[in-house]
Amino acid sequence: MFLIECPWCGPRDETEFSYGGEAHIARPVGGGHDMTNAEWGHYVFHRTNPKGLHRERWVHSHGCRRWFNVVRDTVSHEFLLIYKPGEKPDLPALPKSPEPPDGPGR
Amino acid sequence: MRYSIFSLARNALSYHEKWPEAWRSPAPKPAYDVVIVGGGGHGLATAYYLAKEHGITNVAVIEKGWLGGGNTGRNTTIIRSNYLWDESAAIYEKSLKLYEGLSQDLNYNIMLSQRGVLNLAHNEHDLKELSRRVNAIRLNGIDSEILTPTEIKKLVPIINVSPDLRYPILGASLQRRGGVARHDAVAWGYARAADAHGVDIIQNCEVTDFLVEDGQVQGVETTQGAIRAGKVGVVVAGHASVMAAKAGFRMPVESHPLQALVSEPIKPVLDCVVMSNAVHVYVSQSDKGELVIGAGIDAYTSYGQRGSFHTIEGQIGAITELFPIFSRLRQLRQWGGIVDTCPDASPIISKTPVDHLYFNCGWGTGGFKATPGSGWAFAHTIARDEPHPINAPFSLDRFSTGVLIDEHGAAAVAH
Ligand SMILES: Cc1cc2nc3c(=O)[nH]c(=O)nc-3n(C[C@H](O)[C@H](O)[C@H](O)COP(=O)(O)OP(=O)(O)OC[C@H]3O[C@@H](n4cnc5c(N)ncnc54)[C@H](O)[C@@H]3O)c2cc1C
Ligand SMILES: [Zn+2]
Repeated sequence: MFLIECPWCGPRDETEFSYGGEAHIARPVGGGHDMTNAEWGHYVFHRTNPKGLHRERWVHSHGCRRWFNVVRDTVSHEFLLIYKPGEKPDLPALPKSPEPPDGPGR
Repeated sequence: MRYSIFSLARNALSYHEKWPEAWRSPAPKPAYDVVIVGGGGHGLATAYYLAKEHGITNVAVIEKGWLGGGNTGRNTTIIRSNYLWDESAAIYEKSLKLYEGLSQDLNYNIMLSQRGVLNLAHNEHDLKELSRRVNAIRLNGIDSEILTPTEIKKLVPIINVSPDLRYPILGASLQRRGGVARHDAVAWGYARAADAHGVDIIQNCEVTDFLVEDGQVQGVETTQGAIRAGKVGVVVAGHASVMAAKAGFRMPVESHPLQALVSEPIKPVLDCVVMSNAVHVYVSQSDKGELVIGAGIDAYTSYGQRGSFHTIEGQIGAITELFPIFSRLRQLRQWGGIVDTCPDASPIISKTPVDHLYFNCGWGTGGFKATPGSGWAFAHTIARDEPHPINAPFSLDRFSTGVLIDEHGAAAVAH
């Protein structure tokens, strides 16, 4: 369960928010009329899905209903940067997060 | 050694202290014909069918942890083949047929239990959608039928079919040949049988990079040194994007946490699998008596093998409404795996932009049921350098041609 710092409302429980996927994916210029099918496929379906730092969008659905961007570590789940639309601060320099301990599966 | 009632009796006399190990643990050789990255069920099955069906035995399976320590050993083991589209029917039914003979084929008891899988409908639309799917499934020659609430109650006496439920049960589809199997046994059975054909199984060895020359893969870099290979097959589930990035391309998958839990063991009360797309829950009872309950994925991407508490809370709410007698049970343990979800909820078994490098991924929340068929088709793809007709529709290029295989209906509930 995350405690997420909405840039407008402050820290709130994860259940108030919705995840919006990878951030900063630019729409095709001019409607993409000149794009190939492969380029369209790339735009629509292929995400970076990194292990480590990820720029992503969240929306405060059950609060102010506004969107914002975050940088989150996809291994430790730590939220490292939270910023408003239109901004894009540099990625924080961080040591590589350790592998999670493997718990007993079943 | 062949496992049988006689070997069991013989080993009982020596207090089970003299069983030979089920597979060797050799040091990696400098080169192989084929290297498989990932020692989950799918990777091990691929190695087994490479040897058995294609006579390719100079093969290594490289696993960074222990066999089946990924999603194979973390899943809720539901097996079924009741998918909507013909392409899916072909590969999932191939899997189910292989499962039906697998214990004999591998000489290893995978404890397949075809106890039936129920999919509940909670509104008119669910019911119509289920009927459409049942009809499509039957046209593909696969068993499936619609049950009324009275028939459901007869099959599962503890279920709550009261019309007062927030999401009342209006009907269900039933695949009687569906069921569960023991997940570790599937991994171990394939490992033992592949090893018997000469396949090297190398654990605690992580593949860190690919050796590529002139657009063709030449081997892999590992934590135990470089290993050269004529062909490399990658089957790493949640880590597919990480490996693809090392080879210089992207996979259209995203990695999400998927959680499951078991209750304390109780006497037998549930002898089939019950799942519901609408309230999103799936449950079966293990041979030990624990209820095995699966959750949904968390919306965010993750490699952390754990998810959020409220996801589990949602599952428990749904399960206790469907089965009021479960409400006082305690949870025994809970865990998470990292699943590689694909935009059309169908897998990718495919050649890649790098020659002789093949990827098998995107099984997301439901690939355990497909373990044998996936390994079988992937072995063919690697051995022949072209897909089998069964997995040709599941190639990577469908994300640029647009010929998607949308199974969100049959796979909406994670299982
Ligand atoms: C909670 C949960 C419930 C599920 N329930 C069901 C169900 O009921 N029915 C169903 O059909 N499916 C279910 N699934 C999905 C199913 O578990 C998977 O689709 C299937 O097990 C995938 O098998 P695999 O062999 O491809 O992957 P895995 O078993 O994850 O194997 C991949 C292996 O690759 C290894 N690896 C990764 N990177 C490297 C590297 N760089 N070098 C070497 N090795 C590496 C990993 O350590 C891992 O062992 C569930 C999944 C989860 C998490
Ligand atoms: Zn807010």
